[in-house]
Amino acid sequence: MAQINSGDTAWILTCSALVLMMTIPGLFLFYGGLVRSKNVLGTIMQSLVVVGLISIMWVLWGYTLAFGPDVGGLIGNLDWFALNGVGAEPNPDLVAGVPHLAFMVFQMMFAIITPALITGAFAERAKFSTFIVFVLLWSTFIYAPLCHWVWGGGWMGAMGALDFAGGTVVHISSGISALAAAMVYGARRGYGRDAMMPHNLPFSVIGASLLWVGWFGFNAGSALAADGLAAVAFVTTNTAAAAAALAWMFTEWATGGKPTLLGAATGAVAGLVSITPAAGFVSPVSAIFIGVGGGVLCYAACNLKARLGYDDSLDVVGVHGVGGIWGALATGLFASTLVNSGGADGLFFGNPGQLWIQFVGVAATMVFAFVGTLVILGILNATMGLRLTDDEEQMGLDLSQHEERGYTW
Amino acid sequence: MKKIEAIIKPFRLDEVKQALTAVGVSGMTVSEVKGFGRQKGHTELYRGAEYTVDFLPKVKIEVLLPEELLSSAVDAILESAQTGKIGDGKIFVTTVDEVIRIRTNERGDEAIR
Repeated sequence: MAQINSGDTAWILTCSALVLMMTIPGLFLFYGGLVRSKNVLGTIMQSLVVVGLISIMWVLWGYTLAFGPDVGGLIGNLDWFALNGVGAEPNPDLVAGVPHLAFMVFQMMFAIITPALITGAFAERAKFSTFIVFVLLWSTFIYAPLCHWVWGGGWMGAMGALDFAGGTVVHISSGISALAAAMVYGARRGYGRDAMMPHNLPFSVIGASLLWVGWFGFNAGSALAADGLAAVAFVTTNTAAAAAALAWMFTEWATGGKPTLLGAATGAVAGLVSITPAAGFVSPVSAIFIGVGGGVLCYAACNLKARLGYDDSLDVVGVHGVGGIWGALATGLFASTLVNSGGADGLFFGNPGQLWIQFVGVAATMVFAFVGTLVILGILNATMGLRLTDDEEQMGLDLSQHEERGYTW
Repeated sequence: MKKIEAIIKPFRLDEVKQALTAVGVSGMTVSEVKGFGRQKGHTELYRGAEYTVDFLPKVKIEVLLPEELLSSAVDAILESAQTGKIGDGKIFVTTVDEVIRIRTNERGDEAIR
């Protein structure tokens, strides 16, 4: 049996658990607090059921499509269907010294959080049965190929696009799919007329805080070893989150509003999104710039949404889409081989070509995620129906879809 | 017998309760209510989405009392609930036909002593 590095293995397994914590309970608290009280359980349920569905899907066919032996740079083949041949033995082509199963489960947690992020775009109005089918189709036909392109031996990784922990695979893909979803689903009843205020902001801020903590698993874990690179990613991650929380707060304060808690928490998430592709390629000082940029840009994007009139209810586009795009491009600006000799230099370190490569990666991800999601949702809309009936929507997800309620007073 | 219904600012409740008990009122019912008058509502901002909140939270106090206590009780509320700023609330006074204490069947003034 090949040598197993116990330190690396312990780190990867720990990080896998941290990334799962980002979805349950991190993301479901973040989202659950932002909806109205009649939809709190349905919103939480969407994240929880994604954990169930994708855990099984990834074991059966998801992992082999994303990481199995390459077919034309586009997709993995089915050799590893149902984890055939994926065991405790390391696979040095992917990561040496760590059991293949540990790498598989680490990647599973990324595959889980990505569709869970999209649920914010159609919050408070999605029919549960169709939602289940959507998640399986989207993960099979959008996530698995994208993941293969970037990390599984596909064309985007081969081209030299840098994505340390999933800026394109996770955040641009979910953010742009969210835009398509918001368009196909249409706005909530009474959007722009009724007050649709968050029903429990402490929930949301606990959720955002758990995302922040879990993100160390996401980014520092993506070093795939307990080494110096993991420490770099850990520090850049925290630095960017802090910078973006402050940047959002001061921007809204300076532009005539009050410094809000929801703003600071959302800013932190925007900073975490922005640093994700860059985490292992940039210095802590660069991370400050990336964080500030993410905070300001995502704040502007969320404000713009209200004027554009589309109902991306929980700002998946404004935070994950815009933050992901900024982060991927910023990687092409700030990346430095002084930080990571396995990476590349960006524009500011004498290599303007990297920015172009990053741009191609961003554009390809956007087109693929947008068109693919439109097609999937279009088919589901015509066959199963995406939305609740008006009565059900008025009643709320909790009673209409699940026959239970979050609060009994 | 009279009934006072007073709509007041929530944070004045403790002062009003103390002032009423000081003049001899021996019981009251309090509810959290929402409404608007001249004060109107306010706006709240969530990630750039502005919402107007029309109904503001207030507290409603209901007190039943014998006629002779009425003017001192009203004065007590006025004194303790007044901030001088818009939104201090209102006092309504009505006449009550009958009061019955369920435990003892006592009626009228007997029932509210």
